[in-house]
Amino acid sequence: MTLKSAIAGLLLTGLLAVAGWRGAEAVVFNPSTITLANGLQVVVIENHRAPVVTHMIWYKVGAADEVPGKTGIAHFHEHLMFKGTKTVPPGGFSEMVARLGGNENAFTTQDYTAFYQSVAVEHLDEMMRLEADRMQNLVLTDDVVLPERQVILEERRQRVDNDPGSQLSEMMRAALFLNHPYRMPTIGWQQEMEGLTTADAIAWHQKWYAPNNAIVVISGDVTMDQVRPLAEKYYGAIPAQPVPPRVRPDEPAQFAPRRVTMQDPRVELASWTRQYEAPSYHRGAKEHAYALEVLSEILGGGTSSRLYRSLLVDQKVATGAGSNYDGDNVDLSVFSLYASAQPGGGAAAVDAIEKAVDAEIAKLLNDGVTDDEVVRAKAILRAEAVKARDSLAGPARIVGTALATGNSVADVEAWPDRIGAVTVADVNAAAKAVFNINYSVTGILLPPSGG
Amino acid sequence: MRSSLLMLRRATFIVAVLALTTVASAARAMDVQDLTSPGGIHAWLVEDHSMPLIAVAIGFHGASSLDPKGKEGLAEMVSGLLDEGAGDLDSRTFQQRLNDLAIDFGFDAGIDDFTGSMRTLSDRRDQAFDLLRLSLTAPRFDTEPVERVRGQLLARLADESSDPSSIADRVWWHTTFAEHPYGRQTSGTQTGLKAITPEDLRGFVSRRFARDNLIVGVVGDITAADLKPLLDRTFGGLPASATPADVGEAAPASPGAIIVVDQHVPQSLVLFGQNGVKRHDADFYAVFLMNHILGGGGFSSRLTQEVREKRGLAYSIDTDVVALDHVGLVQGMVGTKNASVAEAMSLIKQEWKRMRDSGPTEQELADAKLYITGSYALRFSNTTSIARSLVGVQLDDFPPDYFNKRNGYINAVTLDDVKRVAKQLLDPDKLTFVIVGQPEGVTATQPTPEGLF
Repeated sequence: MTLKSAIAGLLLTGLLAVAGWRGAEAVVFNPSTITLANGLQVVVIENHRAPVVTHMIWYKVGAADEVPGKTGIAHFHEHLMFKGTKTVPPGGFSEMVARLGGNENAFTTQDYTAFYQSVAVEHLDEMMRLEADRMQNLVLTDDVVLPERQVILEERRQRVDNDPGSQLSEMMRAALFLNHPYRMPTIGWQQEMEGLTTADAIAWHQKWYAPNNAIVVISGDVTMDQVRPLAEKYYGAIPAQPVPPRVRPDEPAQFAPRRVTMQDPRVELASWTRQYEAPSYHRGAKEHAYALEVLSEILGGGTSSRLYRSLLVDQKVATGAGSNYDGDNVDLSVFSLYASAQPGGGAAAVDAIEKAVDAEIAKLLNDGVTDDEVVRAKAILRAEAVKARDSLAGPARIVGTALATGNSVADVEAWPDRIGAVTVADVNAAAKAVFNINYSVTGILLPPSGG
Repeated sequence: MRSSLLMLRRATFIVAVLALTTVASAARAMDVQDLTSPGGIHAWLVEDHSMPLIAVAIGFHGASSLDPKGKEGLAEMVSGLLDEGAGDLDSRTFQQRLNDLAIDFGFDAGIDDFTGSMRTLSDRRDQAFDLLRLSLTAPRFDTEPVERVRGQLLARLADESSDPSSIADRVWWHTTFAEHPYGRQTSGTQTGLKAITPEDLRGFVSRRFARDNLIVGVVGDITAADLKPLLDRTFGGLPASATPADVGEAAPASPGAIIVVDQHVPQSLVLFGQNGVKRHDADFYAVFLMNHILGGGGFSSRLTQEVREKRGLAYSIDTDVVALDHVGLVQGMVGTKNASVAEAMSLIKQEWKRMRDSGPTEQELADAKLYITGSYALRFSNTTSIARSLVGVQLDDFPPDYFNKRNGYINAVTLDDVKRVAKQLLDPDKLTFVIVGQPEGVTATQPTPEGLF
């Protein structure tokens, strides 16, 4: 079998690659990139460990680009991309990928929509042909659209409405963002999802699905020299078209913290979450973005973090605690802190958690972080960059996310150096910039009273 | 990324499925070196020097199915505490060292097997192996981490007790296996977790963690010559022999039962299943292919076509072959709004019957083989997944050439084989359904068991 012998060769190929490794610094994925005449960007991340590739296409459109009254259309349209073209029957795309031994799926976020297939390298040609075909020739009729609308409603029930924690997250997001479309859920509000039509999906496709609004990222056992002619042949043949600007209004000045409390009979474990509006790499006080990544590691990055040590080990008021921040957004990001209570704990337990977290924030703002903490956090983050290469699809996903949200390949490659350059003063300044309670929402999930 | 204990997998059902994935994926023509160290430690190694990373996976036979009655959750608690202090290092120091060295480190108590994995940058290899040595040979089980992890496990249990899929899982396994240990859950019970003492934890370690029960898989930037002495340093301090343990064969009880757990949710979670085949059954691959066509194969499976694509009744419907040491199962899950539960159940039974009566088509079988054999290389996309597969295949008692032969086993299955096993095995009237939600038009045949958490 071709595949078998090709796989047997992977270790040899691997040996050749070792000479090219230059340590944890400077190079992360070493991608090459070109832009076709129609504006489509193509990125190749070589990884010759196995004769397989991940082929992804990223469209620079997401839920935050929806118009009022049509929440959920970005994600609904993503589902409908599997419903056939002029030459491929409904479901035929997935059947062909499966027959070629490939895995495939798609996902939608606030900022982008992406589709991917992982296959043996000899099938890359076919994946690019199929993907280019559905960019150009998608056919949508009520016969396929209406049953799929039931599917996304079931998806909403499964992901959100069956889970009080997810329902609370939706309420918190709507409270945190006052003016920006990030306040709307990617999956959509149920009553608006119910009204989405075939015409809505077709209009969405015509508006956004153009080569000049897309990025193709391929990671695996290929080179740009091999990819370029295929990209020209399939994607290069699609004409560019005008793509409207994204309407992303600014957040206003904010004068009061928000607080959302949800009490539900389905809740057995109380929890507490705080979200602050935060800069991303691209919006707000973006000079703080890298320092915020270091700060999140120090404050809530693991079992040695401040929140974990304080809430779980020293004060024993929580059974889990951490923080989260990610700068990869087109617009503002969110810095979040969370903790879960002891079983049986109610409002008083959550109150104790909140006091403990607020004390940690006050301490951080007063005393700052230590040099030792910053050195350790940076080492962990930079090691993550090395580990990120230990994957087929992961590098394509990281690079695609970066490019689809406004970073460049150079930004991705510079990430370890930029993290490495963060100082104690940077982290302290970032903490002061982001921990403004007026720009936050606090979410509390509680079991029923007396429960 | 290191995940908190709370984020670990939520249910035994998921564990069983993951275990199967390892089995199914352990097929790849790759160069597995079968090593024995000077001190007699056995390991499989796949060298890959393309990145400065080394992944190690380990396994021991015997895990949560050996939890003593009244100490349910013991193996799980051990898995949460091995990196919480060992040797001279207290919990804080041990965790700080893992953190500073950026070592991924974790253990997992399954139903039949206890596994662990470690991934490190190769420049700190010896320190990483030494932490692995300490965690297995000298875990401390100090009071602070024991109580903290106990609290975390109890918190997760509380969370699971209101989660539809966890509830369905617990009720299904309890109903199906009753008094057999498979009727209990890896995540234990409140009573069990509260009763576990440090002595119990040490007892589990001393009974299970032994050289004659140890399985090792190593992948990445290390040579056989370098690995051999490290194997002795890391595992040589384990006792020679584990305590023999056998929980006995299990047989599904209550076939055909329908159990409803009332939960105020808009979407019912339906867990269904019946007996299947074990891993070394001559028909395993035929059953595996049949399941793929019936409900295992993503968008193309019959159940996905009928339930999701044609009728929009669910976002996901899947079935899996679950092959445990002492029983085999075919098990599936679907979430559908309360009003469509009866219709979904009827479609499941209809497809079960259609597969039993007519089997798959030639085309369906050919397509399933193409996917299953063609996609196997994709499962080996990182060092940790390869290392875990090396351990999974050994836990299942296959030789190193399994990786080269697996696709041959799949391709050798004939249409008649699949038709025969479908006829022998599948029985819509034997499907046990557990529904969590407020399903309409469904009548329970058995009372809802109480107090399972």
